[in-house]
Amino acid sequence: MIKIHAIATALVFALSGVAFAQEHVATLRGGTPLAEQGDVPQIAKRVNSDLRQVRNYPEQPPLIPHKIDGYQIDINVNKCLSCHSRAAIGDSQAPMVSITHFMNRDNQFLASVTPRRYFCTQCHVPQSDAKDLVENTFVDVDQVLEYVAGTKAGDN
Amino acid sequence: MTKLTRRDVIKAQAVAAAAAAAGLPLSAEAQNLVTDSSITDLKWSKAACRFCGTGCSIMVATKAGRVVATHGDAEAEVNRGLNCVKGYFLSKIMYGKDRLTQPLLRKTDGVYDKEGDFTPVSWGEAFDIMAEKWKATLKEKGPTGIGMFGSGQWTVWEGYAASKLMKAGFRSNNIDPNARHCMASAVGGFMRTFGIDEPMGCYDDFENADAFFLWGSNMAEMHPILWTRIADRKFSNPHVKVGVLSTYKHRSFDLADIPMIFTPQTDLVMLNFIANYIIENGAVNQDFVSKHVNFRRGNQDIGYGLRPEHPLEQAAENNDKAGGSTEMTFEEFAEFVKPYTLQYASEMSGVPENRLLEMAKMYADPDVKIMSLWTMGANQHTRGVWVNNMLYNVHLLTGKISTPGNSPFSLTGQPSACGTAREVGTFSHRLPADLVVANPKHRAFAEKIWKLPDGTIPPKPGAHAVLQNRHLKDGKINCYWVQVNNNMQAAPNMMEETLPGYRNPDNFIVVSDAYPTVTCEAADLILPTAMWVEKEGAYGNAERRTQFWHQLVDAPGESKSDLWQLVEFSKRFNIEDVWDAELLDANPEYKGKTMYDVLYANGQVDAYPLEQTSDEYENQEANDFGFYIQKGLFEEYAAFGRGHGHDLADFDTYHNVRGLRWPVVDGKETRWRFKEGSDPYVTPGADYEFYGKPDGKAVIFALPFEPAAESPDEEYPFWLSTGRVLEHWHSGSMTQRVPELHSAVPDALCYMHPDDAKAKGLRRGSEVRVISRRGEINLRIETRGRNKPPKGLVFVPWFDAAKLINKVTLDATDPISKQTDYKKCAVKIVPLGA
Repeated sequence: MIKIHAIATALVFALSGVAFAQEHVATLRGGTPLAEQGDVPQIAKRVNSDLRQVRNYPEQPPLIPHKIDGYQIDINVNKCLSCHSRAAIGDSQAPMVSITHFMNRDNQFLASVTPRRYFCTQCHVPQSDAKDLVENTFVDVDQVLEYVAGTKAGDN
Repeated sequence: MTKLTRRDVIKAQAVAAAAAAAGLPLSAEAQNLVTDSSITDLKWSKAACRFCGTGCSIMVATKAGRVVATHGDAEAEVNRGLNCVKGYFLSKIMYGKDRLTQPLLRKTDGVYDKEGDFTPVSWGEAFDIMAEKWKATLKEKGPTGIGMFGSGQWTVWEGYAASKLMKAGFRSNNIDPNARHCMASAVGGFMRTFGIDEPMGCYDDFENADAFFLWGSNMAEMHPILWTRIADRKFSNPHVKVGVLSTYKHRSFDLADIPMIFTPQTDLVMLNFIANYIIENGAVNQDFVSKHVNFRRGNQDIGYGLRPEHPLEQAAENNDKAGGSTEMTFEEFAEFVKPYTLQYASEMSGVPENRLLEMAKMYADPDVKIMSLWTMGANQHTRGVWVNNMLYNVHLLTGKISTPGNSPFSLTGQPSACGTAREVGTFSHRLPADLVVANPKHRAFAEKIWKLPDGTIPPKPGAHAVLQNRHLKDGKINCYWVQVNNNMQAAPNMMEETLPGYRNPDNFIVVSDAYPTVTCEAADLILPTAMWVEKEGAYGNAERRTQFWHQLVDAPGESKSDLWQLVEFSKRFNIEDVWDAELLDANPEYKGKTMYDVLYANGQVDAYPLEQTSDEYENQEANDFGFYIQKGLFEEYAAFGRGHGHDLADFDTYHNVRGLRWPVVDGKETRWRFKEGSDPYVTPGADYEFYGKPDGKAVIFALPFEPAAESPDEEYPFWLSTGRVLEHWHSGSMTQRVPELHSAVPDALCYMHPDDAKAKGLRRGSEVRVISRRGEINLRIETRGRNKPPKGLVFVPWFDAAKLINKVTLDATDPISKQTDYKKCAVKIVPLGA
């Protein structure tokens, strides 16, 4: 499914580019003239499926597949760690915070999560049901590798 | 790591393009894990982040001509392996499907028409019509009839090439960066207090301070990686305190020991209270103050930077000499701040006395190392320069400056607001290295470096950002080129003062961008532009750190970098087209040359041959011009600052390090300026020396409270503050095209106190119209979000191209810095049915 999507994306990209005259170009405004305003959508609903999404690349922080409305992450308490800490996952069965989160600025492992990673939402964000404004043609590295392998085989 | 040759890269890219068009092949006997290193090896290269002024270093992985991954650079001092959520998605910012790939000109029936539709044209045709329009305007109106608007997102050499093109080539000072909206008050503060721009401290202060105070900055969202350093320092060292001051509650309050919500504009009162407290409690560092500080009384009643006919300007006594000041003594200063008592400060600001007192005690305590941090809350302020001055006041009174952890620190919003807009001097009044056009010695120095005749650079400062828009509306500027920013969305009072100028039938507007932004939509000609790692670049961050990167991938279609566009355009003009007869007759050796010959093929910019470019990386511009143009521009530019307190290292060094903090003297960077032992420019024995000023002394300014340009009243009862959100950067033209970031924060909302909402019969999700005296937009109400305004204030972010809040804002500026106050105007909120 992902693969087919990427191929379609690649095709669209190859064929894209403005080929004819147009009055409006500001894609993110959906054709609404600058002096006017389009419809204002309802506040988007938060995704709350608990289904993990494939990362675009291994270094990407995982997206949060559930609501975090009202979660307290402050000087007193970190609600996220009540499920995602090393000790909590036995009960919660949630993914444990990555081991990188135990490393300080000098790449030394601490006894607990480093405070520099304390505010989870600086990197991890929930998603919503809002539709993409513009397609993104980023190609997943697996497809790039398959392509490279394919050309390599072709070379031989 | 395998070293790819250029040939390999080009070959791989060609195949990648073919595969992209044909669909990607599936390997029949594919294993579920590819292990062949010749296939799985990624090429990792460093680059500076494309977003904020923090200046994180990014590792970028490329394969087959595509960026396939990015992560925080573990070797970089700034971020040590971390990124914020935007930074982690940098891999996708170049791949929005609607990238511009060819120039687009408004045409009807095949010819240019201001009211025509955007039609693809060649670069040749694009430059033809530009040159035609520019030449006609220069002939009719002279150099003040043209203008350029750039940004703190230009690379160092792009800003330098642009500034030179305008100030020396076209002999027009009508060039300004969008950093005017962002950092001008910070610059004004530095120049007034220290006589030299940019912070004296550096990010090492984060690991040394005992207390942090945020004065109008939401670092948790806007400078997340610096916030990780504060969180690390605070949680790892329990004695460390954090105070957060803002006109509404936001995420930075999550780390605050001392939360302070204040009435807009009363930061002026609180800062004078702290100064008064320090003096009354005997906490002045007398030794430091007597040796290193002067006192001056600043002019008052300085107006609001509105159009001259506005009643507020008519009423202001000193709006023509807003930056003026007179000498005063310490005793007179003490008398001046005496009325700013704890009780008065608390009454005015609405902050409880105990919190103000706790803060003042820390500022006064010689054993507490303090870092004050501020961004747009202080700078986007009709008294922004004053706020900056007053922040320095409290650090100077106590001598808490220029030592590790004692640091008044102005943060920046753009990746090269410092490196390009400020250091290169792309403002309408500036030249490189803090020089200014109004100073004849400075102009002569620039003309010498540029190998130009005396008198080439015009002495009168050009139009600043807001004035450029007014001049476009009034038909005084007729040719206008916008590069690497989205000013139709960013500039204040869009419907009255921005859109009319772009659509004025007398004007020809050119916009260079990677994506079709709202500014592009208002243009007459759109130029498709290479972005970020599609070109070799350099940015300078908020701690004076200059960082380089190589071109890592090719730009799509016919896109070209801003640098290529600027320099290529210069070939369209003979010097006779742009310089008057008087200048040419006095200097006949320039006759018969093109502007390109005079500015760029001058024996300096073209001094470095192609062989000096990297073997590993492509360099589109160098190949096109036939010499290492980035190196030539950088080395010529660096001549301005070397030996003058702005020393940069040699070009090649920056490709091999994770940036260096200027001044770089004898190969060593400088962490704390103005302090003996860490700054080589301080005279031995002086201890401290504020050498930006002729007598080496910094200035403490006596400045009062004055009200905002527009405050709530019966008809418009709410304050409106605008700003950003973590997931989107500035106008969202990059981040709204990354699906994960868009999905996280898809729409701008109107953040409102639940009681205010209830009083109007509104609840979360209700649609309202936000109306000011100037314009209106419709939004949904948010009462439970990350921003929690007090009663009487609403907050609306400006990233959303579909909901342009700058239709509502006011184009009042700080009269000294000419920076807009985007944080204060008066609005009413009208419910819209269901």
